[in-house]
Amino acid sequence: MNVGIRNREAHASILKMRIDRKKCCYCGGCVGACPLNALELWETELVVDEDKCTDCGICVKCCPVGAIEAD
Amino acid sequence: MKIKDNVDVLVVGAGPAGSIAARVLAENNVDVLVLDKKQEIGTPKRCAEGIHSNVLDTVGLKPDPLWVVNETLGAIIYSPSEKKVEINFNDVGIGGYILERKIFEKHLAIDAITSGARYAIKTMALGVIKENGKITGVKAEHMGEEIKIRSKIVIAADGVDSKIAKSAGLNTTNRLEDYESGFQYEMAGLKNINFKYLHLFFGSEVAPIGYVWIFPKIKNTANVGVGILSSRSTPEKNAKYYLDKFIEDHPDIFEDASPIEINAGGVPVSSSIDTFVMDGLMVVGDAAQIVNPLHGGGIRLAMNSAKIAAEVSVNALKENDFSSSRLYEYERIWEETDGVRVKKLLKVRAFLEKLNDKDFERLADILGAKDIINLSNANYKFLFRLLLTKAPKLLPLAKKFLV
Ligand SMILES: Cc1cc2nc3c(=O)[nH]c(=O)nc-3n(C[C@H](O)[C@H](O)[C@H](O)COP(=O)(O)OP(=O)(O)OC[C@H]3O[C@@H](n4cnc5c(N)ncnc54)[C@H](O)[C@@H]3O)c2cc1C
Ligand code: SF4
Ligand code: SF4
Repeated sequence: MNVGIRNREAHASILKMRIDRKKCCYCGGCVGACPLNALELWETELVVDEDKCTDCGICVKCCPVGAIEAD
Repeated sequence: MKIKDNVDVLVVGAGPAGSIAARVLAENNVDVLVLDKKQEIGTPKRCAEGIHSNVLDTVGLKPDPLWVVNETLGAIIYSPSEKKVEINFNDVGIGGYILERKIFEKHLAIDAITSGARYAIKTMALGVIKENGKITGVKAEHMGEEIKIRSKIVIAADGVDSKIAKSAGLNTTNRLEDYESGFQYEMAGLKNINFKYLHLFFGSEVAPIGYVWIFPKIKNTANVGVGILSSRSTPEKNAKYYLDKFIEDHPDIFEDASPIEINAGGVPVSSSIDTFVMDGLMVVGDAAQIVNPLHGGGIRLAMNSAKIAAEVSVNALKENDFSSSRLYEYERIWEETDGVRVKKLLKVRAFLEKLNDKDFERLADILGAKDIINLSNANYKFLFRLLLTKAPKLLPLAKKFLV
C-alpha cells in the first residue's frame, strides 16, 4: 500500500491537500472528479502530481471516506 | 508473456464495457488487445451488482449460476418516514439478477479470449500516442516496464477514472453536481429483510440527493451501500458517514451483521461527455460517463455502448477509415437509442432533486408500483395528470423540469 506525491523530490510540497493512506480505498472517485488530471490511481497507489494540482479541493469533497484533507 | 505492440484495435479497460467490445471485435476476426491495470480482472469491485434481466439480453448473454447469485422478485422503496412502496418485477415483465461481479467480469474476459481476443493485465495505460492529431496507440506500463502499443483504433473503456479520453484532449471533467460519491459494505449476518427484494431508502437525512440500498446476495449477505451527490458531501459528512449512520439506526437489520468487503467509488450521473470520438479513438461506458442518471446503474449502458462502438469499428476497419467522422456513427447510434432515454432521465433526476422530504412522502402516498417503473423508464407524461389532482403544489416544479 502506498500513496505518494509525484515530484516530491523536485518541489518542496506546498500543497494543502493531503491523502490519508490509511483511509483511502483506492476507488478512483477523486481521480474522476479532478479537473486537472492531477491524480493517478495505480492498483494500491494514489499519486498526486504537484505540478498539476491547484488545491481546488474538489477531490476533498467527493471522497466517500474523507481520505483527502485540506488545511 | 510478450505483449503485442501492434494491433487493429486496442481496448483500454477490462470492465464490462471493455470485455464486451473485445468479444464483439474478436467474433468479427478483428485483431484486438485489451489492457487492464488490475492484476486480477473484476477485483476490487465498485458495484452493488444489481441488474435487470434485460441487461443480459442486450449483449446476448444468458444468466449463468456461476455469476448470478440471486434472482430478485422486486424492489421495495422506503420514503423518509419508511413508508413502503412495493414493486413486483413480474407485473412489469422484467426480472432482477444480483451478480457476483468479480466472476461476471472474468467470464466476460474468458468469452472474449475464447473468441480470439488477447489480454494484458497489470498493464496501466498512461496516455494516448497522438500523431498529426490522430490517436495511433497508447503508452503503457507493464510491471515497471514502459511499452508503446500501436493501433488503428483505441477504445477507451477505462471507467470513471478514465485517463485515456482526457489524455487525448477530450473534456471529461465531472461536475460535483453530476457526480455521486458511493460507499458500500458487502455484509453478512443481516436479518429481518426480504432477501428476494432490492431495498431502496430515500430521505435528506438518509442520503442527500441519493439513496441507501440493500441488494441481497447469497444466504444472509447483501451489498449495503449509499450514494450521495458529491456537492453535498463534506469531509465529515461523507458517504461513509451516511452509511454508518443508517446501519446504526437499523439494529433490527444489522445488529448481528459484519462487513466482509468494503467498496467505494464515484458514479458520473451527467448525460455523458460532449463527444465520444476523435480520429482513431472511441470512448465507451463509464469513461464516457454513460450511466443511468436516475439510479446510477451503468452496466447495461456501458456494455451496450461498447457493443455499438465495436460494431462500428468492424466496418471502419473494412473501409480502412478511422477518422472521427467515420467513427461518429457510434455516437449517432447511441444518441438515437440509449441517449434519448438518458436525456429524459436527466430531467426526471432534475425534478426529483428539487423535492424535499415532505414532497417525497406525498409521492410515496400517490405513486403506485407501475408509476415508479414508468418514471424510471422516463415515461412521465402521466405525472402531470396525477399531480394536478393529488399534489397540485408540485405541478409547477414538474412543468419546469419535465416539459
Ligand atoms: C458503489 C457503486 C455501486 C454501483 N452499483 C451498480 C449496480 O448495482 N448496477 C449497475 O448496473 N451499475 C452499478 N454501478 C455502476 C457500474 O459499476 C459501472 O457503470 C460499470 O462498472 C461501468 O463499466 P465500465 O466497463 O465502463 O467501467 P469499469 O467497470 O470501471 O471498468 C474499467 C476498467 O478499466 C481499468 N482501467 C482504468 N484505467 C486504466 C488504465 N489507465 N489502464 C488500464 N486499465 C485501466 C480498470 O481497472 C477497470 O477494470 C455502481 C457503481 C458504484 C461506484
Ligand atoms: S476518492 Fe478517496 S478513497 Fe477513493 S481513491 Fe480517492 S482518496 Fe482514495
Ligand atoms: S485539489 Fe483539485 S487539482 Fe488538486 S488533486 Fe484535488 S481535485 Fe485535483
